[in-house]
Amino acid sequence: MSSQNLLEIKHVKKLFSVPKGMLHAVDDVSFSLKQGETLGIVGESGCGKSTLGRVILRLHEPTAGKILFKGMDITTFSKEEMRQMRQHMQIIFQDPYASLNPRMTVSQIIEEPLTFFRIYKSDKERRAKVAELMELIGLPQSASNSYPHEFDGGRRQRIVIARALAINPSFIVCDEPVSALDVSVQAQILNLMVKLQKQLGLTYMFISHDLSVVKHISDHVGVMYLGQLIEKATKSTFFKRPLHPYSMALLSAIPSVNVLDKKDKIILKGEISSPINPQQGCRFAPRCSFAQGICLEKDPEWKEVEAEHFVACHRVEELAQGMIHYH
Amino acid sequence: MGETVENILEIKNLHVHYVTEDSVVKAVNGVNLKLQKGDSLGIVGETGAGKTTTALSVIQLIPDPPGIIVDGEILFKGKNLIHNTEKENKQLRGNGISMIFQDSMTALNPIMRVGDQLTEAVMTHKKGSRAEAKRQVIELLETVGVKADRYSDYPHQFSGGMKQRVLITMALLCNPELLIADEPTTALDVTIQAQVLELMKQLREQYSMSMILISHDLGVVAQTCNRVAIMYAGEIVEIGTVEEVYTNPKHPYTIGLFESIPKLEEDQEMLYQIEGSMANPAALPTGCFFHPRCKYKMDICETTSPEMQGEVHLSKCHFQVRDEVKA
Repeated sequence: MSSQNLLEIKHVKKLFSVPKGMLHAVDDVSFSLKQGETLGIVGESGCGKSTLGRVILRLHEPTAGKILFKGMDITTFSKEEMRQMRQHMQIIFQDPYASLNPRMTVSQIIEEPLTFFRIYKSDKERRAKVAELMELIGLPQSASNSYPHEFDGGRRQRIVIARALAINPSFIVCDEPVSALDVSVQAQILNLMVKLQKQLGLTYMFISHDLSVVKHISDHVGVMYLGQLIEKATKSTFFKRPLHPYSMALLSAIPSVNVLDKKDKIILKGEISSPINPQQGCRFAPRCSFAQGICLEKDPEWKEVEAEHFVACHRVEELAQGMIHYH
Repeated sequence: MGETVENILEIKNLHVHYVTEDSVVKAVNGVNLKLQKGDSLGIVGETGAGKTTTALSVIQLIPDPPGIIVDGEILFKGKNLIHNTEKENKQLRGNGISMIFQDSMTALNPIMRVGDQLTEAVMTHKKGSRAEAKRQVIELLETVGVKADRYSDYPHQFSGGMKQRVLITMALLCNPELLIADEPTTALDVTIQAQVLELMKQLREQYSMSMILISHDLGVVAQTCNRVAIMYAGEIVEIGTVEEVYTNPKHPYTIGLFESIPKLEEDQEMLYQIEGSMANPAALPTGCFFHPRCKYKMDICETTSPEMQGEVHLSKCHFQVRDEVKA
């Protein structure tokens, strides 16, 4: 039922030209996302997750591929059409210190998108909307004339969220929105985001390197490695039964707070290789314990192994049947 | 007194303030702790809790001005470091106490070959020829997993994980008895973090070092340390063995901290949140510093600062909250 999909991206690529060659930041990524759901995208630094978020909003122009938003291919949109489209798609960045103009007051910041898209005719309506938004994200009205530097990280992130919500978007790319925050504040912001999603029917693409955060907020989880999506599944499937060797290692590497749980960690050898002129074959093969000849020669196919569970790995059948495993 | 185990480090009633023109920031307010030989202690707390300031006082690197150690003693093998001359301090750093800093990207000199930086550190602290020093450096680099042929590379040619290995090498070169690691893996990806933590654990056993690991990540501490101290607003609010504190936390702040982390093993709709934000160290509340955010607050908490209670597992609270909750 592709008609329900709010967002569908097909074979999206983003290549950057750098002195050493072509940097494959996003390399042939396809997925779809339904209205009201959250897709968590995880991966390590440099895997292309932020670039993917930006390409979807066309903040970076995709090199190839289609981006269908509400059924329309926005890659064909003109600048003006895209500008109108951005009312429906917003982004929240990681660093609330850098994404707010230090010379604007809180109410000016939240009001700016309303003015830009000329949503309200009168000043009075617009101010009422600002007040409503501040209420929604839990900032007191007394804060409206304060400047960003007067707030801590958590409250600043609330302002960023209010600004993104001002024009009633249906889709928000959240790029590491809680990574710069302490755990107690992180919990406040995550709870707020869950509450807002329910209240307003928002669809999130939630980018993070922190799997426990992603698990908390997502309905679906996608793992990226060197520009490619290597596994995607519903949250419960992914955390119960990850099938890609990299996903397994990633899950195992998270330091657990459960001191009684002394399971052996999967320690990967080596480091992520360069995304510039990547070699043929599976990108993870040089670090993979299960790599065989074929893994170095041929790109693995993106297959639906079981319902809603996609994996790109040559040996996925053997892994799924437990014929090969770690330890 | 018949002490069977030697205290390698003892901090008594440490107070550190940063004095600026318009405020006095009370960063550390009466920290007491003991570290036995071979111990590894984790210090956990959120931004501004005073973790790094405590560590910097031990290694006598509090930036002065504006930092002043106003009160207290820091006994390293029985000797009070606060009265040390700069010459004695230089002797101590590297030989007696070493520190690994948080940001591996800035802790190395960018225009000096990595091997030369390391050799220089050995030459400063030990007698002997340059060739001998170089041999030592190469040997240790191999131990931490950096190949000898990288001796002549510059820091920018190293990845984050590799740079962190170089810093670990630098800290270990002079066989320190105490290693202080300030968020050594915070800037690293999880799979690389797992590699580095594993390495540090091995090396600590191999060289029978004592260690203080500063982190905001409860999971990292659980994997690496045998004891843990939780800091809030410049005080240790709870201290004990990792197993005790993690399975039976006593202080309301510790309890809240554990509850507010999203957990991989559990599914929760909403995260527990500690209301409010971190106490302002320039205007600390009266009584117990945590009382404005504490949900078990009583009248006494507003007026009187609690004493540390308990013997092996101590907590700084007027009440045994856990027991009351259970009852």
